[in-house]
Amino acid sequence: MRLAYLACGLILSALASMATAQDYEIEDRRAYPGTGAAILRVISTADLDVFEPFLLRFQADNPEVGIDYVTASSAEVNRAIRGGAVFDLALSSAMDLQFTLANDGYAQSYRSGVTDTLPDWARWNDQLFAFTAEPAVIVINQAHFVGLVLPHTRAELVTLLRDNPDRFSGRLGTYDLRASGLGYLFATQEARSSDAYWRLTEVMGRLDARLYCCSSQMIDDVAAGELALAYNVLGSYAQQRLDRDEGLTILPLEDFANVMLRTALIPATAVEVDAAGAMLDALLREGMGQGTAEPVLPPLQSRGEADQSPFGPIRLGPALMVYLDRLNRESFLEAWDAAMVQQ
Amino acid sequence: MSVLETWPIARKLTLFLAAIVALLALVSWGMVTSFAREAAGRTQDNILAASATSIAETLRSEGGQVRLELPYAAFSMLGAISEDRVFHRVAAGDEVLTGYADLQGPEVSPGEVRFATLPYRDTSVRVVSVMRVILSDGEAVPITVTLAQTRDGVLGIAAGLSRQAAVLSVGVFLLAVGLSAVAVRASLRPLNTMAQFVAARGPSDLRPFRRRGPPELMPLVSALNRLMDRLGASIRRSEDFIAEAAHRVRTPLAVVRAQAEIALHSVEEETQKQTLRRVTRAVDDSSRSASQLLDHAMVAFRADNLARARVDLPALAASVVEALRPTAEMKDIDIALSLSDADVEGDAILLQNALRNVLDNAIKYSPAETTVRLSVSNGGGEARMIVRDEGPGFGDGPAAHLTERFRRGEKVEGIVGSGLGLTIAEEALRAHGGRLELGQSTEGSGACVWLILPAA
Repeated sequence: MRLAYLACGLILSALASMATAQDYEIEDRRAYPGTGAAILRVISTADLDVFEPFLLRFQADNPEVGIDYVTASSAEVNRAIRGGAVFDLALSSAMDLQFTLANDGYAQSYRSGVTDTLPDWARWNDQLFAFTAEPAVIVINQAHFVGLVLPHTRAELVTLLRDNPDRFSGRLGTYDLRASGLGYLFATQEARSSDAYWRLTEVMGRLDARLYCCSSQMIDDVAAGELALAYNVLGSYAQQRLDRDEGLTILPLEDFANVMLRTALIPATAVEVDAAGAMLDALLREGMGQGTAEPVLPPLQSRGEADQSPFGPIRLGPALMVYLDRLNRESFLEAWDAAMVQQ
Repeated sequence: MSVLETWPIARKLTLFLAAIVALLALVSWGMVTSFAREAAGRTQDNILAASATSIAETLRSEGGQVRLELPYAAFSMLGAISEDRVFHRVAAGDEVLTGYADLQGPEVSPGEVRFATLPYRDTSVRVVSVMRVILSDGEAVPITVTLAQTRDGVLGIAAGLSRQAAVLSVGVFLLAVGLSAVAVRASLRPLNTMAQFVAARGPSDLRPFRRRGPPELMPLVSALNRLMDRLGASIRRSEDFIAEAAHRVRTPLAVVRAQAEIALHSVEEETQKQTLRRVTRAVDDSSRSASQLLDHAMVAFRADNLARARVDLPALAASVVEALRPTAEMKDIDIALSLSDADVEGDAILLQNALRNVLDNAIKYSPAETTVRLSVSNGGGEARMIVRDEGPGFGDGPAAHLTERFRRGEKVEGIVGSGLGLTIAEEALRAHGGRLELGQSTEGSGACVWLILPAA
C-alpha cells in the first residue's frame, strides 16, 4: 500500500518536473548531494566551471545542504521563474529581467545581518541583491593598433575608426542586441548616457561590424586576431583571458563605463528558504569582499574602474523596466538596426 | 470623591496637569501622524502624476498607429524616493498598447488626473490615470495612461515619522509632567511656609502674622489673625480677672490678719491663741497664693511687652536676698551669696520676681538651720543664677512638668504652696530668651535650680 503511494508520488513528481522542464531550456545541470535531506535548487546564468568553487566552499560550510545547480540563459531564467518552476535561488546577470521579476511579485523578501550591510545601490526592496559588479569594457588586439594612438574617449574612438576604415573594416565586434539581453542592457544604458553611442554604432555599422551573441566568442575572435576590437564585452570574462592570451588588452575609456550588477533573488516559489538565505548571505559576503577565499566573480568592492568613471553601477529600480517595455524595445531596436545594419 | 478630597493638593494638581498633557500629547501625535501620512501620500501622488503625464506627452500617431516611448526619467523618478513596485498600462480604449494588461485605474476624462488606492495582485497600490486624445487617421483616439506604485515606502515614511512623533510626544509628556510637578510645588510653597511659620510660633505668641503672601492665602491669614486676636483677648481677660480677684482677696485678707494679730495679743487663753495662730497662718497662705497669682498675671503681662534695659544681675540678686532675709531668719536659714559680674538685658522686675519665687521655694522647702546658696556667674554667653538648698530635692520624677501651673513636687506634704512659683520663674526667663533648669544639688541631697539667661 505504502509502496503504491510512493510509486504514485514518484510518477507524479516526475510528471511535474517534466511539465516544468518543458517551459524553459537549461544549458547544464549538476547535483551536489548533502548529508541532509534538504536540496537547494539554484538556477543561474553563471557557468558551472566558474561557479563551482563557490558551491564547494558553501557546501564545506553547510555539509547538510545538497545543491542542485542549473544553468540557463538569462531569458530562460526569467521564463522559468515566471512559469512557476520551483527554485530556491535565482542568480542572473540580466538586472532588468531580475528587477521585473521582483517588481511583478515573483520574489520574496529576505533580510539578514549580511543584507543589511549591503550598500543601498546593491539591493532593492529587500528582494533583489547584487553580488557582483562587472563593467562593460572594450577589448582590443594590440597587433591591429600598431602605430596608432590609443583613444581615451568614445569620441576619439569614433574618429580613430572613421580615419582608418581599411584597418578596421570587418574587424569590429559587438553584441547583437536582438540575441543578447546583456548587450541590449549595455546599449540602452549607454544610449541614455551619451550621444556618442549612436555615432559609434553608425561608424561600426559602416565598417561592417560583426554581431555576437556572447562575450566569450567575441574575446575568442579578438585573441585569434579575427577582430581588432570587441565593444562592450563583460569585463570579468575579459580579465580572465588577458592572462592567457598575449596581445589582448582592455582599452580603458575615460568618459564612462557601464557597470552591470549580477543579482540574486529568492523566488516566491522557494521551498528551502533557510538554505537559500544561507547561500545568499555567503554570496553577498563574497560580493562585499568578506569571503574566506578569492571570489569566483568580481566583487562589489573592487569596482575600481567604476569608481573612477563618472558613472557608477546601473541603478536597480523601476527605470530598468523602461527598455523592456515592448514599444520601447521595438523603437530602440529599429533605431539600432538603422544605424548598425546600413545598406 | 472622598479619597480625592483628602489627597494632597500637589498630587492632585500634578495628576490633573499630567492628564491634560497626556491628552495634548496624544492629540498632537495623532495630528502629526495623519499629516505625515497625508504629506507622504501627496508626494507620491505628485510623482505619479508627473510620471504619468510625461508618459502621456510622448504619445503620438505615426502612419495610423499610436506610438509612444516610455521616458526613462518617468520611471527613474518613481524609484527615487522609495523602493516600491511599479506597474503601468497604456491603452487605447480597451486595446492595451503596452504594460500590465490587468492593471485597473480610476475612470478619467481627457485632461484629467485621477488618483485611487486600489488592490492589485497581492498588494495595495496607488494608481493614477491620465487621458490624452490623439488624432490618428483623422479619428480622435482617447489614450489612457495608468501608472501604479505600491505604498510600502509611503507608509514606511509615514510610520517612521509617526514613531518619531510618538517618541517626541512621550518626551514632551515626561518633561511637562516634571515641570508641572515643580510648578505645583513652587505654587504651594507659600502655604508650607505659612504652616511652618505658624508651627514655629511659641505657645504664648499670639501676635498677628504680618507676612506677605499670595492673595489666595490672605483670607486664611486674616482669619488666623482674627482668631488669635480673640484668643489673646480672652486670655488677657482671664488674666485680668485673676489679677483683679487676687487683688480684691488680698486686701481684706490683710485686714483679717491684722485683726487676728491684735486679737492674739489681747486673748489670754491658750486654746484661743492656738486658734488665732491657725487663722493667721491660713490667711498668710491665702495671701501668698493671691500674690503669686498676681505675680503670674504680672509676668504674663510684662512678658508680652518686654522691656529691654541693662540689668546688673549681682545687684538684683543682692536686693532680692535682702528682701527675703527676714523670712529666712524666721526658720534660722542662712542665705549664702557668691556674686560675680553678670549683665543681662531685660525687665528687672520680671527677673526679680523669678529669682524671688525660686528663692522663696528654696527657703520654704529647706529644713530649719540650713543654708541656701545663691551664686551668680557669667560664662559662655550665658549669665547664670544658681540656687541650691539642703532640702529634700525634687525627687526622681520628671523635672520638666514641675514648671507647669499648679503642679507640685512629690515631697511637699505639710508645706503650703500654690505650685505657681516655678511656673512664674520659667515664664519670666523664657520671655528673656532664657530657660529654667532643675536638678539635684551636686553637694548633698538638696535641689538645684539654674536660672539661665543670655548674657548682654
